[in-house]
Amino acid sequence: MGTEGQDSNVLVSQPILSLRGICKYFGGVHALEDVDFDVYPQEVVALVGDNGAGKSTLIKIIAGVHQPTRGEIFFFNRPVQIRSPRDAQMLGIETVYQELALVETRDVPANFFLGREPTKDRLGIFVDRKKMVDDTVRTLRELGIVVPSLRTPVRYLSGGQRQALAIGRVMPWGGKIIIMDEPTAALGVKESRRVLDLILRLKEKGCSIIVVSHNMRHVFSVADRIVVLRGGRKVGDKKKTETTPDEIVKLIVGAEMLSPEGAS
Amino acid sequence: MKKTSLLPTDGEVSRYVELSLGRRFIRNQLAALSIILLGMMVTLSLLTRTFLTATNIFNVLRAFSWIAIASFGQSIVIIGGGIDLSAGSNMALSGIVAGMFLVREYGVALSVTLGLLITLLVGLANGAMVSKTKLPPFIATLGTMSIVRGFCYGMTEGWPIRNLPRPFLALGQTDVSVLIWQIPLPAILMVLFAILCSILLGRTKLGYHIYAVGGNEYAAELSGINVGRVKIIAFTLSGLLAGIGGILMTARLGVAAPTAAQGYELDIIAAAVIGGISLSGGEGNVWGALIGAAIMQILRNALVLLGFPAYWQPAAIGAVIIGAVMIDMYRKKKA
Repeated sequence: MGTEGQDSNVLVSQPILSLRGICKYFGGVHALEDVDFDVYPQEVVALVGDNGAGKSTLIKIIAGVHQPTRGEIFFFNRPVQIRSPRDAQMLGIETVYQELALVETRDVPANFFLGREPTKDRLGIFVDRKKMVDDTVRTLRELGIVVPSLRTPVRYLSGGQRQALAIGRVMPWGGKIIIMDEPTAALGVKESRRVLDLILRLKEKGCSIIVVSHNMRHVFSVADRIVVLRGGRKVGDKKKTETTPDEIVKLIVGAEMLSPEGAS
Repeated sequence: MKKTSLLPTDGEVSRYVELSLGRRFIRNQLAALSIILLGMMVTLSLLTRTFLTATNIFNVLRAFSWIAIASFGQSIVIIGGGIDLSAGSNMALSGIVAGMFLVREYGVALSVTLGLLITLLVGLANGAMVSKTKLPPFIATLGTMSIVRGFCYGMTEGWPIRNLPRPFLALGQTDVSVLIWQIPLPAILMVLFAILCSILLGRTKLGYHIYAVGGNEYAAELSGINVGRVKIIAFTLSGLLAGIGGILMTARLGVAAPTAAQGYELDIIAAAVIGGISLSGGEGNVWGALIGAAIMQILRNALVLLGFPAYWQPAAIGAVIIGAVMIDMYRKKKA
């Protein structure tokens, strides 16, 4: 199956991240069944599929939230185990969650550095607030994100501003792979457009991005490659230039059971 | 940098303006609370001759300092998304344990340390139950509240411990000369602990994590914060600070009674809530709790000075709690 995955891609380089034969069972439920998944340098991979197809489970395995029941993960051809979100971060895998993992009561810099606040002293006790503010301003500027005030608790920001913040805050960590779960789900047209621009911008900066989305227009506007899951299995892995929204939708709903990928 | 037309222009990007003074004022619950407190004090000074005397002010200060110190610990727990109902019982426990050692002549330093160690352990147990067994904080501390109170009665067989040595009583009864005033030691300790707690919450990594856990536990978890550890530390600090409040209370009253501080947990929580610390967690600070405790005590003082029968005090306090939280909610909506 590994060869199949490579056939559908022109090999520009080695994948950064490779998942091989990933299975995930929750009790009797087979959430993922023998899934291979690759991420190449500087590419946007869209992960699509119906509700319950296993998208969330797959990205949570990559993000270290879930552990696979079976299967292997390779990072730069090295076998790795991702046991926690911290492990994933250390490898350079950053995640922007659908549930918008922001602390609403805290201001912008506190959210930007959530869980990894820089400190002034060797013991790591006192927070370096000035560095937090400076780095936040720099990153927001670089990405063209506007917020009314840095001191504003995040709950006063609009949906788009919050999403931009959630995406922007993974930037300073030099993540090689950024996972985004439904980044445009709760946004209006204009705000979605901005988030999509942000994705392209992160790619320009050398990141690879895994985007989970239901929106075909959004998928086709940013993705280089589209991976389709159905019933916990991978049923499609297409370069955007070699497929159509129609074909992807058929793969999602299962109208093309006889396609070669469907058999894998 | 390359820019597409869909992105904001430079002018827009550089709009990192701070809020106007007025809006910042509305958002600052401390400013609003201070004004209420100041208003009460001015009114009382005009209506009574006795309020604005050094003796009265310092008596008020002394009277709410224990509650305030315990309330700082409570604030840390509430900001971290929990609640600590065992605070009142802990106040009694530290005094009784210290008292039992004091009357057996173990010396002030050792007795007080042991009293505080016990309440610190109670806090640790609360934290462990909440983070390891996932008991809701309300239930876990409701249990320890009763268990600790039971120990207070059991260890003393219901009798108060009297004849505490003079050096111990000095902790609660000494006045310290500052400029022209004789300021009660508990009040000075209260300010000291407020400073320490506000540095802890506002400037340390642990403090940031406490706010994060209380504001959005799921987000804190995903960002790699050790949520269990943060909760254990918060509850332990609450136990310790309640213990300190209890020691000062016992030293002031001169007797360690098993019935002491009964119902104080509600005053301690009320002080935090009046001070703008939201029970849903993630916001507020200890200065709010200090002012909240001050407002409650001055209200009590006011009712006495204005000649209202003391029986009516709880009703007035209750009205203040509801009023303060309503103002706080309105303020947040406006800002």
